Amino acid sequence: MNSVVELQQVEKRYGNIYALENITLSLNEGEILGLLGHNGAGKTTTMKLILGVISATAGSVKLFDKSPTGAHADTLRRNMGYLPENVSFYNQLSGREVLDYFAELKGISVKARNGLLERVGLNDAADRRVKTYSKGMRQRLGLAQALLGQPSLLLLDEPTAGLDPAATNEFYRILDELRNQGSTVLLSSHVLPGIEKHIDRVAILGKGKLLANGTLHELSRQAQLPLTFHVRGMWPDMDWHKQLSEYDIEFQHVNGQRLELNGPLQSKLDIMRSLLAVPEVNDVEVIHPTLDSLYAYYNKKNNRATSP
Amino acid sequence: MNAILIVARKEFRDGLRNRWVLAITLVFAFLAIGLAYFGGSASGIVGFTSLATTIVSLASLAIFLIPLIALLLAYDSIVGEEEQGTLLLLLTYPLRRTELLTGKFIGHAAIMATSTVLGFGVAALLIGILSDELYDSELWQAFAFFILTATLLGWAFIAMAYVTSVVVSEKSRATGITLVIWFWFVLIFDLIMLGLLVISSGGGGGRWLPYLMLLNPTDIFRLANLSGFEATRNYTGLAQVTSETLTDPTILTFILVLWVIIPLLLAIWLFNHRRV
Repeated sequence: MNSVVELQQVEKRYGNIYALENITLSLNEGEILGLLGHNGAGKTTTMKLILGVISATAGSVKLFDKSPTGAHADTLRRNMGYLPENVSFYNQLSGREVLDYFAELKGISVKARNGLLERVGLNDAADRRVKTYSKGMRQRLGLAQALLGQPSLLLLDEPTAGLDPAATNEFYRILDELRNQGSTVLLSSHVLPGIEKHIDRVAILGKGKLLANGTLHELSRQAQLPLTFHVRGMWPDMDWHKQLSEYDIEFQHVNGQRLELNGPLQSKLDIMRSLLAVPEVNDVEVIHPTLDSLYAYYNKKNNRATSP
Repeated sequence: MNAILIVARKEFRDGLRNRWVLAITLVFAFLAIGLAYFGGSASGIVGFTSLATTIVSLASLAIFLIPLIALLLAYDSIVGEEEQGTLLLLLTYPLRRTELLTGKFIGHAAIMATSTVLGFGVAALLIGILSDELYDSELWQAFAFFILTATLLGWAFIAMAYVTSVVVSEKSRATGITLVIWFWFVLIFDLIMLGLLVISSGGGGGRWLPYLMLLNPTDIFRLANLSGFEATRNYTGLAQVTSETLTDPTILTFILVLWVIIPLLLAIWLFNHRRV
């Protein structure tokens, strides 16, 4: 697989303050990478480096094997779409006029930009002034702008920030469409619930460092976060502690009808067999660690490592 | 189409849409017609006075108004884009920072030029007809020169507004600084000049002091327009300043052009070194 973006030991410093330290990260063609981190973790700085708006203090940034600040910058920029974190656009222009302005600057013909407003669901409001737009509509206009010219790389900075659940789902629908078309997307977020299904790989940033990078599966294995089992049935006098004593289990809740416990990932099947061996058990539900808990885990680990 | 022209066209269209062009044109036209009509009332005449008198009083008023309008028009051009979030976005487009600022300047300069030419031009035509001076080509030349220098004066202050807009990170601060710029060039500078003139009277200062006026575009504008008329020289006190350089319209225009180019280049340089 070809890598579209390649960051090698990138460092960005403002005076004595490190915005990014030793970041090595790549983004492959057709991949959707979620860049997660708290505010000020370095997500926007990473995007600015890839966009070529700022240059790295040390290390190398490569975009399609070229430097984003070099001689090919203009060609690269035409092939790239960006949605900034906070963009309210020009209040006195209509949505269509805003899109036309950016399309002209990108050198895109009128024909090629048709249908974009429809695609992001702004067709009815296209001729209204942006002043009257809600936050969600501005965000969608931003997305239409990023999609101008069918770029092969999309950088979306906090695309779901400030959106209501319906608009968020609408955004995910568009993201899935892009994924099916084979677009490469770098998506930054700190709003986590629900995003797992829509991204291929996760990179977690914290205080300018790359804390983790991999598929959700890889990260869960690495983190060794326990699985949660929810068991239902009727067992008036069962001693579950004895029954499951051979595994490293943490009991959350036990009574005559319900059992909730956390167990290690590697003993998943063994625990399930032991549970199913009990005839009184009616139902077993296995809950895998969510992105949320993974994110919390890696952040906590980093905080422990950096605190004196 | 060229990126500079795309940006310029958008700025100019914004100017039309925000009614900037209309507002400035009307202000200039009413000002000129009003001054022409009431300009003679001090000497007991009501009715249209000659173009020459009108130009003199118009120039004095334009010195206050044009810089203010130009600064208001342009003070938020960069810092405003930044607050909207569009500056960062524009910088990710195939567009140099120099091109963005140059485009904005061309757009704003066109707004200023259109309003000045239309506003003062229409007024001049009307005054010319009503005061029977329609065929005095010398006067028309003087008025054309007035419009040219007024436009250049506006451009100079647009360029200065850009310097402010590029340096600050908040719109409110840009407003404050542009007001200080206006006060400095329109009021404080002349007061200091006057003070210096009084202090150095009798000394050798009288010879080099007038040249200090070249450090203020509004004074250059005043010199250029007042010295053009023999009749006005005496009572404006310009007779004191008999230097050839300070009354040569070509040289004064050239220096005014420098006042446009130098701040503009400074703004472009600062913009290219601005952190985003």
